Amino acid sequence: MSHSKKDEIQVDHNHDGVDRRGFLKCMAWAGTGTICLMSGGVLKSYSLSRLAELDPSQMKGELSFAQISDSHMGFNKAANPDVVATLKAAVAKINALPTPPEFLLHTGDISHLAKPEEFDTVDQILKGAVAKDVFFVPGEHDFVGDDGQQYRDRYAKGSKGAGWYSFDKKGVHFVGLVNVQNLKAGGLGSLGQDQLEWLEDDVKSLGSSTPVIVFAHIPLWSIYPDWGWGTEDSAQALSYLKRFGSVTVLNGHIHQTMQKVEGNVTFHTAASTAFPQPEPGKADSPGPMKVPAEQLRSLLGVTDVNFVRGKHAVAIVDRKLNQPDQVSQENQPSNY
Amino acid sequence: MSWYRNLACVAFVVASGMAVAAATKSAPGTEPNAPAASAIDVKIDNFTFAPGTITVPKGTTVNWTNHDDIPHTVVAEDKTTFKSKALDTDDKFSYTFDKPGTYSYFCSLHPKMTAKVVVQ
Repeated sequence: MSHSKKDEIQVDHNHDGVDRRGFLKCMAWAGTGTICLMSGGVLKSYSLSRLAELDPSQMKGELSFAQISDSHMGFNKAANPDVVATLKAAVAKINALPTPPEFLLHTGDISHLAKPEEFDTVDQILKGAVAKDVFFVPGEHDFVGDDGQQYRDRYAKGSKGAGWYSFDKKGVHFVGLVNVQNLKAGGLGSLGQDQLEWLEDDVKSLGSSTPVIVFAHIPLWSIYPDWGWGTEDSAQALSYLKRFGSVTVLNGHIHQTMQKVEGNVTFHTAASTAFPQPEPGKADSPGPMKVPAEQLRSLLGVTDVNFVRGKHAVAIVDRKLNQPDQVSQENQPSNY
Repeated sequence: MSWYRNLACVAFVVASGMAVAAATKSAPGTEPNAPAASAIDVKIDNFTFAPGTITVPKGTTVNWTNHDDIPHTVVAEDKTTFKSKALDTDDKFSYTFDKPGTYSYFCSLHPKMTAKVVVQ
């Protein structure tokens, strides 16, 4: 069941890259979990409930990693009084994946108030993950008070500028961007001229067939500017990636899963491991959403990503913390 | 009906007069016509500074209190005049405005939150 046609931008009244239909569709996905397979620029998406229809071989790529986000260590209010427990549950979820991830991405807001003990707690919990390497980008909460000095000392040694960097894994080029520094009154997330110039230079020598995965905290697409859910100069950054056949953008910040495809780019936001936030415009403010305790873990989660070489496919699967750890192999036919 | 309205009017004037008298009395040593410098509270609630714009005489201390269950900051637009640390729930920040001018400020965690203090 392909949604690729439906997800193209049809009417873009606000010139923000989101049409109402696509937006509502994205929202319908939130909280349910989605698998996306991109092949030759064509996206096929499946809800998790249709997982049984997938060819299991497509779920095993040459490169597998997991994304966690917004652990907000130190948060202790009603929306989740125990963010330690839910981060541990996320790590357990990752450790139970059928294909062990090679590394983790943390897309920011590691801490709630950038306190040393908050970072220490997260580090300690992540040591329990089967994947030992963790690549971070900062959220605005990690930069509070010292403009990110402590963050960089801990997580971004050898990075450029405010903490941006790139690396390669099995032919896939990863770019970690920082869009939470030097935020201006009334503004959105911001990459800044220095970082944009670095990005242009960083990808210049790559072949167009190189799959590129960009990760940053605040979404690099305009989800809901009224709440600051966008990055003011993201279009400039994406313009440097237009020539690539496969670009995946992984973000956090909005504490819910959303997905959009625009040309060669798949955008994805991850759930938080700490607390959910309301759907855009569905509340007076984007403050933590209080839900009954038994529902909380259905709104928190981790994302695992599989890359299959030769098929130009990136499969993105959101797993909620309350879902069963594995899909039963017996339920998966070899073809669909 | 007009009788009631007039009575209400009289009551308002009397009350106002008492308020003025009280204010004058509470600020000894200042010139009679100068507004008394004091303190004013701004609430941070639901991702909003309230009131969003306040006009105060110079020398006024503004006290911000965060009532949200998420941290906020109070940072001058120039990022130097005043800058709070992260204010967690019920944390406070104060700044005394000694010079006239318009001071725009925002929350550096949620930059869409903006407000201003006009100092006369």
